[in-house]
Amino acid sequence: MSAREQWVAFLTLVTKEIRRFTRIWPQTLLPPAITMTLYFVIFGNLIGSRIGEMGGFDYMQYIVPGLIMMSVIQNSYGNVVSSFFSTKFQHSIEEMLVSPMPSHVILNGYVVGGMVRGMLVGLIVSLLSLFFTHLSMQHVFITITVVVLTAALFALGGFINATFATKFDDIAIVPTFILTPLTYLGGVFYSIDLLPEFWRTVSLANPIVYMVNAFRYGVLGVSDVNVYASLGVILAFVIAFYLFALWLLHRGTGIRH
Amino acid sequence: MSALTIRNLTKTYANGVQALKGIDLEVKKGDFFALLGPNGAGKSTTIGVISSLVNKTGGDVSIFGYSLDTQRSLAKKQIGVVPQEFNFNQFEKVFDIVVTQAGFYGIPAPLARERAEKYLRQLGLWDKRDKQSRTLSGGMKRRLMIARALVHEPELLILDEPTAGVDIELRRSMWDFLTSLNEQGKTIILTTHYLEEAESLCRHIAIIDHGIIAENTDMKSLLEQLQVETFVLDLARPVTEAPQLEGFEVWLRDAKTLEVAVPKSESLNTLFVELARLNFEVMSMRNKANRLEELFVRLVEQNLPGEQAS
Repeated sequence: MSAREQWVAFLTLVTKEIRRFTRIWPQTLLPPAITMTLYFVIFGNLIGSRIGEMGGFDYMQYIVPGLIMMSVIQNSYGNVVSSFFSTKFQHSIEEMLVSPMPSHVILNGYVVGGMVRGMLVGLIVSLLSLFFTHLSMQHVFITITVVVLTAALFALGGFINATFATKFDDIAIVPTFILTPLTYLGGVFYSIDLLPEFWRTVSLANPIVYMVNAFRYGVLGVSDVNVYASLGVILAFVIAFYLFALWLLHRGTGIRH
Repeated sequence: MSALTIRNLTKTYANGVQALKGIDLEVKKGDFFALLGPNGAGKSTTIGVISSLVNKTGGDVSIFGYSLDTQRSLAKKQIGVVPQEFNFNQFEKVFDIVVTQAGFYGIPAPLARERAEKYLRQLGLWDKRDKQSRTLSGGMKRRLMIARALVHEPELLILDEPTAGVDIELRRSMWDFLTSLNEQGKTIILTTHYLEEAESLCRHIAIIDHGIIAENTDMKSLLEQLQVETFVLDLARPVTEAPQLEGFEVWLRDAKTLEVAVPKSESLNTLFVELARLNFEVMSMRNKANRLEELFVRLVEQNLPGEQAS
């Protein structure tokens, strides 16, 4: 397949993915907007006003970057895991497997589809947050880089999850039992500096801590961890996940007998 | 030139089932080829390997000279596959399904839309283009899969049970469509349980059973192997016992129906002369089973118990 044909195939898959999540927007775009608005109202306004400052910012301002990141993570992951698993479940994956599309084009198409949804929801949540607080961007390049890499990483995670999944339960297990706890314990609602030394060290093993803090640094200019180290960690995970997902797809794990 | 060449193809599934035990097969360009076999014989596995849905264990497959191992992309472009089960997104629109499939082959959107319209019109689905695919009838879904398989204009079309569950009228129109495609030069490989379908459409045939090719020949030679053909005769008047006819085996099925086994060496004229002599008036006659069906059953029965035991 020539490079031009691969580009057409890639765009076709990305368009299909975007068409899918926009067609079912009440299931994909609306719920995170409502959930995050509730977070802003309850944690930011009601409880936040009693908490006072955190990291030199009022509590609402402090949690907004974390909540935006949470939306990006959940939606990038959720888009790919449900779309790719549904494709397997309905056997429509065969449309791609019989075609000359190379494995990397299939993977890139799904990952970019997931990233687009994650970042679109992130944008919606950012705009909603402006009703509750003032946001400025201290480091534009870092902010955008972190969002893009995080969306890519969790889209890849969703792809790997869907590859191994054989039933619908399997695509709910990781988000429920791994992703949500890691996100809540990833410094979205608090600075890890508030934790006792032991738990602070444990928290540093949570990759979401690096993403939330790097993003918070981009927006507010404060971080619990070294920002460049964070970017390095995220990038290393993206590369590792990408190679693993590509290898699975190439072997046909979970999709070819 | 060969449209499809298979050499020593083997497939053993993870659970240890050996679905293919070394298949050799050649389909010439422009042929209309039937791949027959009972359920679980290895037909779908063979098609799965050819269409890259199943990983082979061993052997080689090439399509129009392109190896599936070393020239995968070129080989895949030559094939269109119509699977047995519906395998499109049930929530997508008919038009989008066909256009998207073209995109997966690297066909730019304007040409993809043009081709989608052409094939949806040919298959009588243009009016349904904006409907979600799940709202189509079973026959329409089958036609949608054919349109989708043709959109990149492959030279080899593989259809796995294309007329299963389709009513007679639609089946006939699908036969006409496939025949016209074949006349335009497309090579067609068909699996079917309707042996009448294989007999009327296909020029060559392979019978696969228990993962081996039990027979691979042209349809005419295969049918010539049939030594005895059984006919059902409807009589004008009831009789109480079957007539004794030299050279023929005759059974009385009911008071007005006879079954007669006619050896290839005997002519039907002799049969009718004998029946007329005994004052039997025949109102109509038909084959008891399709000729290919008789052969198929015999070949499969012959081939396998010994094969399995060894």
